[in-house]
Amino acid sequence: MTYSCSAYELKCNECGKRFGNQPLSACPDCLAPLEVVYNLEAARGIFTREAIAAGPPSIWRYAALLPIPEGHQPDLPVGFTPLIKANNLGKRIGATNLYVKNDAVCFPTLSFKDRVVSVALANAQRFGFDTVGCSSTGNLANSVAAQAARLGIKACILVPAELEAAKILNTQVYGARLVRIDGNYDHVNRLCSQIAEEYNWGFVNVNLRPYYAEGSKTVGYEIAEKLGWRLPDNVVVPMAGGSLIRKIRKAFHELIYLGLVEEKPVRFFGAQATGCSPISQAVKLGNDFIEPQRPNTIARSLAIGNPADGPAASQMIRATGGWAEDVSDVELVSGIQELAESEGIFTETAGGVTTAVTARLYASGRISPDELTVACITGNGLKTTDALAGHYREERAVRPRLADFDAYLRELDGVAEPELAVAGGNHGN
Amino acid sequence: MAIKVTLPAAFTRHTDGRKQFDSAAQNLPGLIADIDQTFPALGTQIKGDDGKLRRFINIYVNDEDIRFLGGETYAFQDGDEVMLIPSIAGGTI
Repeated sequence: MTYSCSAYELKCNECGKRFGNQPLSACPDCLAPLEVVYNLEAARGIFTREAIAAGPPSIWRYAALLPIPEGHQPDLPVGFTPLIKANNLGKRIGATNLYVKNDAVCFPTLSFKDRVVSVALANAQRFGFDTVGCSSTGNLANSVAAQAARLGIKACILVPAELEAAKILNTQVYGARLVRIDGNYDHVNRLCSQIAEEYNWGFVNVNLRPYYAEGSKTVGYEIAEKLGWRLPDNVVVPMAGGSLIRKIRKAFHELIYLGLVEEKPVRFFGAQATGCSPISQAVKLGNDFIEPQRPNTIARSLAIGNPADGPAASQMIRATGGWAEDVSDVELVSGIQELAESEGIFTETAGGVTTAVTARLYASGRISPDELTVACITGNGLKTTDALAGHYREERAVRPRLADFDAYLRELDGVAEPELAVAGGNHGN
Repeated sequence: MAIKVTLPAAFTRHTDGRKQFDSAAQNLPGLIADIDQTFPALGTQIKGDDGKLRRFINIYVNDEDIRFLGGETYAFQDGDEVMLIPSIAGGTI
């Protein structure tokens, strides 16, 4: 179960040993995580602005710097989501140069996980796995189930039992086997690492993880390309395992190295929910280790209490001069509403976290109003409508008559109609 | 008193293929000392240059991360199931 490839291979981050390409996530010697490294010199003439512009409107336009096995023909238009200037949200929170990267509309399952899964499954196929799986807080489950169905690979997906109903349904509908585990994500993840040893399955975030994680780089490539091949001053990224924020930086570094963008310092800001904020705590305390937490937040897609990439993410954030913040569940719901009301983007709880943290970073002066800042929205609000339960009451039905409609609007707007006022007065008599 | 220790496959090349063994260790430092004695090559593998357990290894006691139980100060109970698991992924800056 290996393949050789001149463009990329696995390398140990600690000891530097290289491992070719195989389903392996940790160095057998020093146990450190493995990362995909590229022959960047070979990519120099291939990964150009022109070649990318001539590619498809999906993450596959960046295939030259993704670990995609030779001969693999990706056919799903994953990614290449909108980067919109968020003027309205900006006005509300005191920003004049704010953009939103909108992965709430990522294809095919409406979260940024579609990017990582498509890269992982390309490798699962190449390695010959007939079953793939994942431990998931929901979005990953949806994406693995959908893309495995499309590729004709069996999927077995493990989730914490308390997951939102919509995310469970959105996994089952694709015909995937879904197993609810009586525990939190960290319990599920631990079990998956044991299953991956006993079963010959490709777990996208266990033994395929080095490949999987590379898919996140495409968020960074797209931000730079859609800004006209330049880098932002700041990026605000939600953090669960802590992988995405690092991979966006890796993407920026590659673009700088290959001359597609001008070098400039970019500050990275991490966003978490206070009810599960091990990375933000590490950043605030200046720790290079993670104190694990027992998650207690409605932002379940960020509820990883022992984030594997946490120490690296924390160090990286501080090294760039960035910061991390965490917000309460009440604030994150306001964040969801604020983004929807101002920009017409309905994001899930994680996006509410990102929006609320972004607002706080401006309010606290950590980000200046005119700095070019990109907030990464990573998932769709239709999956976590539970979070808004009770926030909008069901109004009474109105008779289908213009006069009733007119009166109803006045009632809603609090405008007392003269006749009604009189009528009301009569009632009092 | 004995605890049951489970190892990941990545460690079994240092233990003659054994994935489980019993230990009379009273706590985590005791378990590491026990491993040093019984499987010296494994003892070397799981510790960094500072002699401490590598940060990529998580220890679970009966499904709970040992860090929630007091870490090195936690006193193993008879019959505890202790699992060593490499943390999945992670990376450097």
